[in-house]
Amino acid sequence: MDWELLLAIFPQVVMDGLVLGFMYALIALGYTMVYGVLELINFAHSEIFMVGGFVGVEILLTMQATGWLDTFNPFVILIFIILMGMAVSGVLAVVVERVAYRPLRGAPRLIPLISAIGVSFFLQDLVRLGESLWRNAFYLTYPSFAAFNTRIEIAETIDFSVKSVIVVVASLAMLFALQFLVTRTKLGKAIRAVAEDQPTASLMGVNVNRIISLTFLIGGAMGGAAGVLFGVQYNTINPFTGFIPGIKAFTAAVLGGIGNIPGAMVGGLVLGLLEAFAASYLSLLTGGAFGAEYKDIFAFSILIVILIFRPRGLLGEVVRERT
Amino acid sequence: MLDVSDLHVFYGEIHALKGISLSVGTGEIVALLGPNGAGKTTTVKTISGLIAPRSGRIDLEGGALAGVPAHEIVYRGVAHAPEGRRIFNRLSVVENLEMGAYTRHDGRITADIERVFTLFPRLRERHTQVAGTLSGGEQQMLAIGRALMANPRLLLLDEPSMGLAPVVVEQIFDTIREVNRQGTTILLVEQNAAMALEIAHRGYVLETGTVVLTGTATDLAANTDVRRAYLGE
Ligand SMILES: Nc1ncnc2c1ncn2[C@@H]1O[C@H](COP(=O)(O)OP(=O)(O)O)[C@@H](O)[C@H]1O
Ligand SMILES: [Mg+2]
Repeated sequence: MDWELLLAIFPQVVMDGLVLGFMYALIALGYTMVYGVLELINFAHSEIFMVGGFVGVEILLTMQATGWLDTFNPFVILIFIILMGMAVSGVLAVVVERVAYRPLRGAPRLIPLISAIGVSFFLQDLVRLGESLWRNAFYLTYPSFAAFNTRIEIAETIDFSVKSVIVVVASLAMLFALQFLVTRTKLGKAIRAVAEDQPTASLMGVNVNRIISLTFLIGGAMGGAAGVLFGVQYNTINPFTGFIPGIKAFTAAVLGGIGNIPGAMVGGLVLGLLEAFAASYLSLLTGGAFGAEYKDIFAFSILIVILIFRPRGLLGEVVRERT
Repeated sequence: MLDVSDLHVFYGEIHALKGISLSVGTGEIVALLGPNGAGKTTTVKTISGLIAPRSGRIDLEGGALAGVPAHEIVYRGVAHAPEGRRIFNRLSVVENLEMGAYTRHDGRITADIERVFTLFPRLRERHTQVAGTLSGGEQQMLAIGRALMANPRLLLLDEPSMGLAPVVVEQIFDTIREVNRQGTTILLVEQNAAMALEIAHRGYVLETGTVVLTGTATDLAANTDVRRAYLGE
């Protein structure tokens, strides 16, 4: 076996894993925060993510058509589309909760779940319809920026594209901001209190519905940012783009311990790294018997093993049930 | 301070409160007694806004509370330490107390946490601990402390003695009396009538959703029906 090659590509594989992992982490936060306050698996979250991607591409294509794309600094444009993706996805998530989940509060658990699946299909088709009418196409490609595709060469076998670094840095910034909000601020305390016990939180003076909306806003915004970053990183998006990253991010949330915010971050990174390692090393390690296409099987097998031994997830805690 | 009149509350078809009337005067401790299922918890939950009444009035120093949501009623000066303590298990002791002060924006929150620690020194020793790891008695102290952090004019306590050892109950009741002496009006729900009547000024006895008896604590403690039913004679 070619150990030297294995070792030489290691940093590259880690970087690929981190890019993927941070993307999963950003999306996973939306699942885990909503689960934390409502015990609802928000199946529409993958579409909130997808919509973020479309906001980014629409702004870029419009700017391209007007020639503005070349007049502004690409990093300014990037920050602008991330913020816009966050705003639209965040507001959309709030609206979805208002319209599709809140009226079903108190209904048996399966009912809002089905509503979520319905919203998911609705948003896919809405985007498909909208883009078909507007651009006559719903597979859209992000205009590329030379500045983002530049590769930073660190060694002969290791070079990172600028956009990979952007994904990592932007995700880290958002994860830190969220962690700070949740653990250090009054609002964060209220979110945690609502997640634990809604009636008692309301006895403290917390407007529970407002906190639930805020949770959807934050989770949706993170998902929207991930959508834009996904487009910048992998270029092409379509109305069904959300499905696979959504499923994986949900898995990451479960892996970390659903409802647990640091857990979602850890779960996302673990899953991203597992996948990247499998994609690069499986064929090398098995002498070509298993190729990169087995990466998901490999990654999910490991997940199953982890969950067998830690059913509450990596950081999930055992919380005493209330009587 | 608090006037409740002809309160009717339903859980679906179940008529839980059938026209309850009671009042609590400024500075009093009023005990709300009665057997399991009488409607004591329902009464305090309705006062604090967790349940909306079908009909009846709840007036707090002139302002009407009936139908106002719980998170707004705290701003009117009513704090509720609910049955079963309901502290936030995953928050620390200090964070629980800060949640109690959620409605406040004054600079005296730290000083009031200090005041709670003076009332319950056990909490000071555990202030950084996650609340779920506290003993039952400590959790009850935290639940009362948390309610006090709102600086309420009226404090609703629902069965603070529930599930606790007699020595701990003794301590907690001493502190309740102390809190009252410092100026907080208290409506105290208890199944432990003997303890409650020791510190209360007046009391009401509830049975199946109606007030069956009312009087001063001394009269109630001397009443033969009360003695037979609740004081184990
Ligand atoms: N959430 C609920 N749903 C239906 N019935 C309830 C509910 N809570 C209480 N009840 C009923 O209302 C009545 C009063 O209960 P409660 O106020 O808890 O009594 P207490 O606090 O005096 O023990 C009981 O008959 C009880 O079964
Ligand atoms: Mg009760």
